[in-house]
Amino acid sequence: MSNIEMVKPGLLGTVQGKLKTFHNWAGVDDSTLNGGQKLAVKYFMAAVILFIFQILFGLLAAAQFLIPGFLYEILDFSVNRMVHINAMILWMLFGFIGCTYWLLEDESGTEIVGLKYGVIGYWVLMAAVTVVVLVYLLIQTGAGNDTTLWLINEGREYIEAPRWADIGIVIVVLIFFANVVLTFSKGKWSGIAGVLTLDLVALAGLYLAGMFYMTNITHEQFWWWWVIHLWVEATWEVLVGVIMAWSLMTILGVSRKIVTTWLYIEVALMFGSGILGLGHHYFWIGTPEYWLTIGGFFSALEPIPLVAMVVHAVYDSGERSFKNLNHPAMAWLIAHAFGNFFGAGVWGFMHTLPQINLYTHGTQWSASHGHLAFFGAYATINIAFFYIAIQHWRGNVWMGAGLANAWRWKWALGLLNFGVLGMTIALLIAGYEQSFIERAIEGSTWAGYFSAQNHPSFINAMQWRMFFGWVTAAGLGLLVWDLLTIGKGETRKAEVIAPAK
Amino acid sequence: MSETPKWASESFWKKVAVWVTAGSFLILVVLTFDTLKQTTAGGERVQAYSIINKKIDYQFDEKLHKFMPVIGGEELLFGQKFTEDEAEALVTLGKKTTQAKNCMNCHTLLGNGAYYAPDLTKAWLDQGWLTTELREEQMLKFLMDPEKNARTFGSGRKMPNLNITEAEARGVVAFLKWMSAIDTNGFPYNFTTIEAEVE
Repeated sequence: MSNIEMVKPGLLGTVQGKLKTFHNWAGVDDSTLNGGQKLAVKYFMAAVILFIFQILFGLLAAAQFLIPGFLYEILDFSVNRMVHINAMILWMLFGFIGCTYWLLEDESGTEIVGLKYGVIGYWVLMAAVTVVVLVYLLIQTGAGNDTTLWLINEGREYIEAPRWADIGIVIVVLIFFANVVLTFSKGKWSGIAGVLTLDLVALAGLYLAGMFYMTNITHEQFWWWWVIHLWVEATWEVLVGVIMAWSLMTILGVSRKIVTTWLYIEVALMFGSGILGLGHHYFWIGTPEYWLTIGGFFSALEPIPLVAMVVHAVYDSGERSFKNLNHPAMAWLIAHAFGNFFGAGVWGFMHTLPQINLYTHGTQWSASHGHLAFFGAYATINIAFFYIAIQHWRGNVWMGAGLANAWRWKWALGLLNFGVLGMTIALLIAGYEQSFIERAIEGSTWAGYFSAQNHPSFINAMQWRMFFGWVTAAGLGLLVWDLLTIGKGETRKAEVIAPAK
Repeated sequence: MSETPKWASESFWKKVAVWVTAGSFLILVVLTFDTLKQTTAGGERVQAYSIINKKIDYQFDEKLHKFMPVIGGEELLFGQKFTEDEAEALVTLGKKTTQAKNCMNCHTLLGNGAYYAPDLTKAWLDQGWLTTELREEQMLKFLMDPEKNARTFGSGRKMPNLNITEAEARGVVAFLKWMSAIDTNGFPYNFTTIEAEVE
């Protein structure tokens, strides 16, 4: 047992006491988890809370498109939208860190080297996130100087966190990274371990590219995209490849040799297209013309690895006759394979060539792509992992056919996918309309922008987006309820899946 | 089953993954050096900060077949001629203000950001400021008290009051003027500037 669990003074003691009560109520049992997994479920719980924040502030921002005066000068669109996207990035990152801690001991065959530091890092991160969010909501903006950028808000989409928090995040990520490397070094390395480690080096290193102030906005956005694109369209994709490989091995019993070979293929295709695919963000920010060719060509290839992932997931599932030990997780993994392909792949491809991007860049078209891609590629696989975790946390219970209240996970799956798909289509229609009216016809002037925003088809699209936002919220409510109850009181043990030869 | 052919083996794909990743990254690093060099302020693509002393327009270039910034003669900002250092200081104040006020989570800059308010890439050249004579005054008033000087274009969307001081507002205007001179490869397309209206 780690020191942190033995010493329980003041606030920490109270928090831990409350957690115990909650554990008892939820019917979960820490003794069924290894050290890394105990830390992982902490990250998962924080992720779910941030997921709720993401949807809540998304609903507020969506409402402001319909009722512009709503919360004016209290919680303006800029604040709601910032919390919406920051909560999303953070919960997905928490999910990934959780997944890594979850599989670390099994994969390395040994105990985590510095679990104690991992736990301290977790609480430091929680405290930092709480302070950052409170400052976002209560202080919001500051004077145009360095103090604001260090303490309140850096004002750069997705990485708005003030500089002090950046430094904190880097320290916590370094602790996490050290844990991963040292644990694999102490235990054993594998293909999955190698890819994971190299990917985390890139993930942590790239964050540094976003920690500098620059007056030259072309340079600033150049480096900003290093973080955003190379995270989301390269290192995160490889990370989910790792998680997918491990999950298919664990819940479907696919052989290690097959998943590892596929993982290498995916890394080659993902980095081969994604690294230079970065160029599709360098069309219009002042960067040289050769990026139109390089960015257009390589980003057009980006869907290929995602097709490979669909083939991989579907073929292996079929080959194993879909016989698996966790039905909800398996369903979400399949949702991930298709969501990633359609959201990141197809929706990205649709507007990635410069000839069309000239008109769609910076319209709701991007929002449409963003919604389906982040959900399809990253929300889904994290949710799959939540189900894998909760199954073990309740004592490795049965989650196959004939599960009690199975309608909940099925409806949560349906509502969430239907909701996000609905928002995506609504935003796509808004994006088409904006590209035609604001961009092509009216030439992107302010008057042109607003004539597109005031157009009935845009307003209709925003109403539908709001409706599907509520559908998504309902799905999330059901998902949380399901995670709190699924397998509770289940007496059957999980099915044993024989690994493939 | 017979032995796995080489092209389908784990070790083959491992090597491919390593070489492809390293190769792509190397190309990216080389291109990054070149791009940063080509886009240093004061070059052809990104102008020196003292460009705020000049007239800026944005017109369709028949030969290149795209919209390009057009730099004209002297056109002082706030009736003042700035040295390169003074101009950089002013644009820096403006840039920091746009970050501190979180402009990017409603507007887009160079097309990047949120989609609740208009793009700012060529905001300096927008016809919404009516005439070039009125422009500076209108921009300052709008930035410092956006509620009273709201430009909603019938949408009902008003910019909130962000407590922008006069000095900050001047900085933002200088930043927007400087940004409008960046060669953005023809984005946005078909933009009719305030100059076209006047001429």
